[in-house]
Amino acid sequence: MPAISDDPSFYLRQAPAEQLPPPAGRAGVFGWLRTNLFSSPANAALTLATILLIAWIALPLIRFLLLDAVWSGSDGSACLPTPERPVVGACWPFVRVWLSYFVYGFYPAAERWRVDLVFLALAFGVGWLTWLSAPRRDIGALYFFVVLPIVSFVLLHGAPPIGLVVVPTALWGGILVTIVVATIGMVFSLPLGIFLALGRRSGMPVVKWLSTIFIEFVRGVPVITVLFMASVMLPLFVPERLAPDKLVRALIGVALFASAYMAEVVRGGLAGVARGQYEAARALGLGYWRMMRLVILPQALRVTLPNIVNTFIGLFKDTTLVFVVGIFDFLRTIEAARADPHWASPTTTVTGYTFAALFYFFCCYGMSRYARRVEMRLARAGRR
Amino acid sequence: MANNVRGLPRPPRYLSGIAVQIALIVLVAGLVAGAAFDAAQNLTRAHVASGFGFWNNTAGFDISQTLISYSASASTFGRAFWVGLLNTLLVSAIAVVLATVLGFIMGIARLSRNWLVARLAAGYVELIRNVPLLLQLLFWYNAVLKSLPELRDSIAIRGGAILNNRGLFLPQPEFASGFAAVLVALLLAIAAAVALRLWARRRQAETGAEVHVLWPAVALLCGLPVVAFVAEGFPLAFRMPEIGRFNVQGGIEILPEFAALVLALAVYTAAFIAEVVRAGLLAVPLGQTEAAQALGLRAGSTLRLVVIPQAMRVIVPPLTSQYLNLIKNSSLAVAIGYPDLVQVFAGTVLNITGQAVEVIAITMAVYLAISLFTSLLMNLYARAVAIVER
Repeated sequence: MPAISDDPSFYLRQAPAEQLPPPAGRAGVFGWLRTNLFSSPANAALTLATILLIAWIALPLIRFLLLDAVWSGSDGSACLPTPERPVVGACWPFVRVWLSYFVYGFYPAAERWRVDLVFLALAFGVGWLTWLSAPRRDIGALYFFVVLPIVSFVLLHGAPPIGLVVVPTALWGGILVTIVVATIGMVFSLPLGIFLALGRRSGMPVVKWLSTIFIEFVRGVPVITVLFMASVMLPLFVPERLAPDKLVRALIGVALFASAYMAEVVRGGLAGVARGQYEAARALGLGYWRMMRLVILPQALRVTLPNIVNTFIGLFKDTTLVFVVGIFDFLRTIEAARADPHWASPTTTVTGYTFAALFYFFCCYGMSRYARRVEMRLARAGRR
Repeated sequence: MANNVRGLPRPPRYLSGIAVQIALIVLVAGLVAGAAFDAAQNLTRAHVASGFGFWNNTAGFDISQTLISYSASASTFGRAFWVGLLNTLLVSAIAVVLATVLGFIMGIARLSRNWLVARLAAGYVELIRNVPLLLQLLFWYNAVLKSLPELRDSIAIRGGAILNNRGLFLPQPEFASGFAAVLVALLLAIAAAVALRLWARRRQAETGAEVHVLWPAVALLCGLPVVAFVAEGFPLAFRMPEIGRFNVQGGIEILPEFAALVLALAVYTAAFIAEVVRAGLLAVPLGQTEAAQALGLRAGSTLRLVVIPQAMRVIVPPLTSQYLNLIKNSSLAVAIGYPDLVQVFAGTVLNITGQAVEVIAITMAVYLAISLFTSLLMNLYARAVAIVER
């Protein structure tokens, strides 16, 4: 029997205990599987059911998109089922042949470099504004909101004095129109939305009520009716000789509803700025507009940037609605192409829609990832 | 005001504010007056009538789905308006119910402890939210429902239903006179179940003893109507749809346009509702669950009595705006030709009468009224579930 010591430290461990591996059931792949997928019989059953569901969805999808898909051919006959190949998947040559139509519409082939140039200029502007640590983002904003629209208009529409042939908007189509509608929506909705939001929070009753009525009215009716209003009623409200072009009317409608939605987002950001900031700006002797420009708006827009991007995602999806007032946006070109009897096959329609879905998904998903990154960055800055 | 020392004193602030407001009123009034003047001139030149006189004129066009009696030759534009409005309300109501059910399932699944289930729900939400609704609608309509077999190759579903690319045709119930007794029995059963529940509650409040009323209530609700049904000698028959030479005769017809719109709206809105539900459930602090467990509540009771009532307060306001979005989005019907308010009224009626101003104004007013009414209902509900401060 060991001697019992009076010294209490005798009973203390002098060396750290040896580290043991975690229990076998909780470590590694099996541990993860056990805790996350098979923690109880019910959970295991749920997991198996989900695996079956995923297989039931994914396997036919992979077969359709890749394994059974047709990759070459010059018309719809390549995608018809034959005795050797009874099941036909996606008809990819349809997309390949029609691709330039999907991108440019009927824009004359010789002038398409102008469209490409606009795409490049736009990508440059978007990159400048979205890269949060880019130099001189104020010039970037000026570029995006002032220079880019003017340059794009000159390039796309054409200017005979500098040797650019006029291309009427009836020939524009496809992704070009989708991008134009979305960009115009963004370029106009942000400044207009800021003014409307400021108006709604204004102390002047007339300004406040006019802004509120506009915002609530536009948000309370379907987007389609705003577009209908712009395309059917607008020509009535101006003298006949000023009646705007069909695309311009749709653009006005888009700018109207986009700015109403943006106004509410900006208003949320304004409400998030602490009262002390207003009081401090006043105490420094700043007038209303300088206070807004230098103190309040920079803070309000920064905290609400993720919401602004989410509104842009909504706007980008809503550009498809110009379809209803007869504008040839990307979705409409898909609809037109899939009806081509030359390409009639059982899978043409689904192929066209799949291609469109991929395009919209990658654009919107990219924007939402960006919004989430900004949100996390803001959360980090707030925790400082 | 240093630079005003020698000049005139600056006018007081409120005066400049009033000047701005007066200028704004004049500007807006001028724009409206100018627009009205141009509109009047343009309409006179185009020989378009004005006013709401067209409301009582004969419509003269057919509508593919009518909930109230309507005929092209005898009904008025006003009647067509009501047909369209009812179709909008029908499609919205059904899609709202489906979207809520699917959205709650997906929202809860996203928080599942099962990794695979959570990822599957997340994938659904991301995919659906990032693809335009119009594209999804066209997909359901053109790629799924329109590619169903033709009339002569119709799919016969067990129970008498028929499915083809012109729609789904269900057996039509025909009620014999004795069926009223079944309805009375059902009402009695509902009353009895409610009474049972009230009694159980009072008893629990008085004695603390819990009485389970679920199964007795289910037995009542199913049992009484069945007894009445048998006692009255089965007063219900079905008229089966039959495939004719050119169309399907008899039965309840569900148009592919209607089905596509319901599917697209429900699936799309459910993805947004799932996010709302997830955020609401995450907003309830974990301490609430732990406290409920410490009190000895079972998992189901914890969810039902503690977590969900608190989550609902967070969920209801954004859920309202999702419902409103769904109702407004139902106007996409115009893209596939489902006869909703926009398609019938702002489409066909506008084209026939040419009275754009009146027609669009009425359409917008209806949607505004629906929006306000829905917000009112949901506000009442939000007040009912709000925290009662003691």
